[in-house]
Amino acid sequence: MPICPSRRESAPRHGVWIAWLMLLLASGPLLAAEPVRFNRDVLPILAEHCFSCHGFDQAKREAGLRLDSYRSATSRLGSGRRAIVPGMIEQSELLTRITAPEEDLRMPPSDTNAKLSDAQIETLRRWVSEGAEYEAHWASIPPRLTEPPQVSGAEHPIDRFILAPLAIRGIRPAAEADRATLARRVTLDLIGLPPTPDDVEAFLNDQRPDAYERFVDRLLGSPQFGERWARWWLDLAHYGDSDGYLQDFLRPVAWRYRQWVIDALNDDLPFDQFTVEQLAGDRLPAASVRQRMGTGFLRNTLSNREGGADLEEFRVKQVLDRTATFGTTWLALTVACAQCHDHKFDPLSQREFYQLYAFFDAADEVNFDAPLPREAGPYERAKAKYDRQRAALVAPIAGPLAELQADWERRILHAEANPGEDFRWDRALELLGLQWGQNLGEGQLEGLNIVKLPTHERTADQRDRLLDYFLANPRESQAAAFQELKLAELKQQLDALARSLPPVTRAPGMMESTVPRTTRMHVRGDFRRTGDAVEPQTPASLPPLPTTGRPTRLDLARWLVSPEHPLTSRVVVNRLWQELFGRGLVASSDNFGVRGTPPSHPELLDWLAIELVRGGWSLKGSLRLIVNSQTYRQSSAARPELAELDPQNSLVARQVRLRLSGEAVRDAALAVSGELVAQIGGPSVKPPQPRSVSEAGYSNVWEPSSGGDRYRRGIYTFIQRTSPFAQFVTFDLPDLSRSCTRRERSNTPLQALNLLNDPVFLDAARALAGRTAREAQGDDSERLARAFREVLGRPPTTAESVRLREYLGQQREIFGADPESARQLIGTDPNADPAWIVLASVLLNLDEFISRE
Amino acid sequence: MRPHGLGRREFLARSSHGFGAMALWHLLAADGDSAAAAPHFAPRAKQVIFIFMMGGPSHLDLFDPKPEMAALHGQPLPESLVKAKKSATGGILETVMASPRRFQPHGDCGMELSELLPRTAAIADDICLIRSLHCDQSNHDPAQLLLLSGSPLFGNPSLGAWVNYGLGSAARNLPDYTVLISDDGHGLEGAGSALWSNGFMPANYRGVELRGSGDPILYLNSPPGIRADTQRARLDAISDLNRIREQQSGDPDIAARIAAYELAFRMQSAAPELIDLRDETAATRASYGIDDERTRAFGTNCLLARRMIERGVRFVHLVHSTWDHHSDLNQRLAEHCQMTDGPSAALIRDLKQRGLLDETLVVWVGEFGRTPMGEVRRGVTAGKEGRDHHPNAFSGWLAGGGVKGGYVHGGTDDFGFDVVADPMHVHDLQATILHLLGIDHLRLTYRHSGRDYRLTDVAGNVVREILA
Repeated sequence: MPICPSRRESAPRHGVWIAWLMLLLASGPLLAAEPVRFNRDVLPILAEHCFSCHGFDQAKREAGLRLDSYRSATSRLGSGRRAIVPGMIEQSELLTRITAPEEDLRMPPSDTNAKLSDAQIETLRRWVSEGAEYEAHWASIPPRLTEPPQVSGAEHPIDRFILAPLAIRGIRPAAEADRATLARRVTLDLIGLPPTPDDVEAFLNDQRPDAYERFVDRLLGSPQFGERWARWWLDLAHYGDSDGYLQDFLRPVAWRYRQWVIDALNDDLPFDQFTVEQLAGDRLPAASVRQRMGTGFLRNTLSNREGGADLEEFRVKQVLDRTATFGTTWLALTVACAQCHDHKFDPLSQREFYQLYAFFDAADEVNFDAPLPREAGPYERAKAKYDRQRAALVAPIAGPLAELQADWERRILHAEANPGEDFRWDRALELLGLQWGQNLGEGQLEGLNIVKLPTHERTADQRDRLLDYFLANPRESQAAAFQELKLAELKQQLDALARSLPPVTRAPGMMESTVPRTTRMHVRGDFRRTGDAVEPQTPASLPPLPTTGRPTRLDLARWLVSPEHPLTSRVVVNRLWQELFGRGLVASSDNFGVRGTPPSHPELLDWLAIELVRGGWSLKGSLRLIVNSQTYRQSSAARPELAELDPQNSLVARQVRLRLSGEAVRDAALAVSGELVAQIGGPSVKPPQPRSVSEAGYSNVWEPSSGGDRYRRGIYTFIQRTSPFAQFVTFDLPDLSRSCTRRERSNTPLQALNLLNDPVFLDAARALAGRTAREAQGDDSERLARAFREVLGRPPTTAESVRLREYLGQQREIFGADPESARQLIGTDPNADPAWIVLASVLLNLDEFISRE
Repeated sequence: MRPHGLGRREFLARSSHGFGAMALWHLLAADGDSAAAAPHFAPRAKQVIFIFMMGGPSHLDLFDPKPEMAALHGQPLPESLVKAKKSATGGILETVMASPRRFQPHGDCGMELSELLPRTAAIADDICLIRSLHCDQSNHDPAQLLLLSGSPLFGNPSLGAWVNYGLGSAARNLPDYTVLISDDGHGLEGAGSALWSNGFMPANYRGVELRGSGDPILYLNSPPGIRADTQRARLDAISDLNRIREQQSGDPDIAARIAAYELAFRMQSAAPELIDLRDETAATRASYGIDDERTRAFGTNCLLARRMIERGVRFVHLVHSTWDHHSDLNQRLAEHCQMTDGPSAALIRDLKQRGLLDETLVVWVGEFGRTPMGEVRRGVTAGKEGRDHHPNAFSGWLAGGGVKGGYVHGGTDDFGFDVVADPMHVHDLQATILHLLGIDHLRLTYRHSGRDYRLTDVAGNVVREILA
């Protein structure tokens, strides 16, 4: 969209509205004569209807014609004609064919069921007649800095970028939301919890001109900021507390990565570093434990520990998922489409996909000691003695034991290289992959990787862990030797000794493979049918990777956050925008490729991206910038006059009402009732849920947590992948087996049943009623106002107050006449007032309560 | 255009601010929407059970016998086919894998079906088998979206949404569009809830997903101490306050929220009876396989589907996952047929016996078929081959609701590779389903972003040959 030129600087400052009118007049004729633009007008048509057969994918290209490049589209075809002769409609075969009256000549072919509309044909005709100019895909060019247009009355750059196109259309922005709404909106957006009445009160009473900015800064500094925004990031990482697949074993240390994200966001770890540590923290020079923990990002892939699973097949699946998750998270490209064939729409060949894959193929899963505070000391102190005692237990039979284990290792490796030769050793190999660290969340191939390592290259820890596994899983054919060496007894002694060692909590991460692997392309995506060997490399359509020698994951990560990278910064600011406006400047936040949606405000997107980098990649800085804009502060009330013109609100002529996530709905109910236990961090918890859900897990029964852990924020709720927490599912928890860039916000009767009848929400109503009774003085009206403000952050209107008081009176009569129902409702507190409990539950069911306005 | 001028729901969706619209919404919530929408012409079917076999069942091993392939088993596909059309999934073709399954004629009609479907074979005279389905998407997500929303892209309304938009509400006390899911423990293969999405239509057109294990619907009981009349009063207070907010904000989602609460309240009285299967006879339970571990999940869903049809639910969407048998096809296909063959046949018989089949259209289909070439992913063990995705040709069946029973439509070449007779694109299937419901797919449009959308996009033909 053209931005109004800077000559507007001289416009008289008669208020913003006059400037809009002038802009409207000035730009009217320009719009009518506007030339066709390739990226905006033509590319979507070609991408949708032509590229499947005339695009980047060589294997599927028909008639040798490529319409995705000027050079190819204008060169002579086998038929002697040219698809496009710039400026010459008559000679352009493209136009002849799309308008051919004969069905067998007309493009697109009738059997594809695709058909161009008259308007689309006209666009292509105009484009060719105007010279058939191609543009590079917008997302392949680094962000370009454009000065924000001058719009009188607007200072904030974001507002100027938003107001200018509105002005061209003669649209006024929405008025600012009232202060109470604003306080609730920005609190929910930044920390994921509703504000307390005192927070709102203080804000309303703050007369300083920068009261709002101060309010925002306080929220950005709150430790709850990290909890709220970690949930945003964990959807991309597709975090979970279990393996997935049928058996879905537990991953009791997965939370270490979640904690890492919360801490990183709270510390405002610059996004470039945030990126590098998650993709390659282990490769940083002198990497700290904390930096290595960032690579837990790559450990959210599923693990299949089901019998009959082919270890290599599922390792490959994990590497594919890591590659796809990487592509979605940082590039917003559907790279996985190129797994089996060249990408049909974007310039990514199958070879290039496997070159990206190669970065992750060179990494293996590893868990490592990552002591919690207070764990390290006792452990360190005891460890030396433990090691001595362990060595002493093994020493008497060290020689024969090592021989026996070496034999076991040889046979395992032989079985891997010669499948089908001896089923017993095939099974031993398989079990090593299935059982290693099962229900401990360890990488399942760690054991096998140790076996592959020459003995002298193994660390003491690796040696001990492999020995423990070997002793715990005797093979039939070695039973006699096991008995002779009394290995069962040895194992018992070692186990007892291990119990005496103070525990140290581990963390999941990645390491460079100790056994080098040659990455090969998979023919048609089939890992058994390998093609050419490939080296790690980034796609040719993106900036080159500056490196000497074989590129590593660290190079890849640094390349992502290099200043000239066209995607990373845009992708992330777009996702921040999406969180705050319900829709990204690029609506397809998962796809910046040619089939994605072009940006509604390209200059603003670029400006925000550049600003992110210039501000030292501070996410808090970008958030502050956006929420401080007038654009963000607009009212979210519907604007019927714009419904036809801008149904998606892509011009951002108002804010939007957004239903809260399932986690936030629960958090809000616990918060306003005073039940929320605000402890930050720690292992996952299991709040109570209906028995029919808790018994649904395949191998794990949901034992509810006790005490305060029942009232923690939703982000700490254990995610059992095959049977996630029911209330979150009802409120659109995404499928956590793959990266999610944008959650659905549905509106179903099941949500109503959940809020009406779930004991959790009724408990919250009881607590809210009790709290109101304790905290509010005075008559019903005052108590009502207090409860209302607690829940919605604003006082009730007269109509609301009247209706609620009527309800209260009615309920008092009902419960007065029916003490048995009253007794059942109030639960354990004899002083509780049933009428107030149901009133509180009404408030917790309001649409406004579960929305951010 | 909608059947009667500007669609009422569309009108509501666009202008639900101000009191007039609010009152209408109230009406909608309380009375159903049957008066608002009507078919374009006399319908043959009033309700639909859409059994979506997710992942792509193998037409060659279930529905489309190709005895000629046996002679070529293990050999490359004939050059003529290779030249005519590249495999949909890539360039390289593998060798022919003949189906090891025995096919025999069944019923009076002599329909040939695989030994894997003995119970379906017994209802051959009631089903209309289509052997000429095809689509143009070879990956799960886009092919599923194409089948169920008419477009391979995310964000469009699903078939069930279109049907309810076109016909209005039928069930007063239950959602008009329900989704029942079963799987083999490996979850859903594909596009998930996008397949029952309302897309750009209002929220009340979204399919309501019931839980696949344990209680199908949670929280149907009011909390202790809340009587039916107290629950009603609670709901009235919630609705009134929501309406006040709706007037202030003009957000149509609030109207949808109010309607959802009203429906939730009515479901509290209607749904417990719906999901309580104890009043079914032992014979019925046995026919659906409710007490057999293998058939329990899908069988329960089929039985619930019949109970929903009896209670007026317009569109019941069953999803069974996954038929994506890239490897170990022989065993896994047999397992999935064991899970589904009996219950789906029991459903047809049961509907028929109760006189419900005439006005209920049942559709059984996957998003694509599978290649005539074997696929060897594992390499290690012989007999563990699979088949790859194949959109060029596949099979599915319809029953009841105005389609011919005991009828086979369309056909494929000697390899089941391409359709050679009476091709039926998934858009044609959609057009035909709408037609059976009395809707002209060309006239059922929804305006969004300045454009009139159709389920069938710019394509689709009603396949009259299969109409009874």
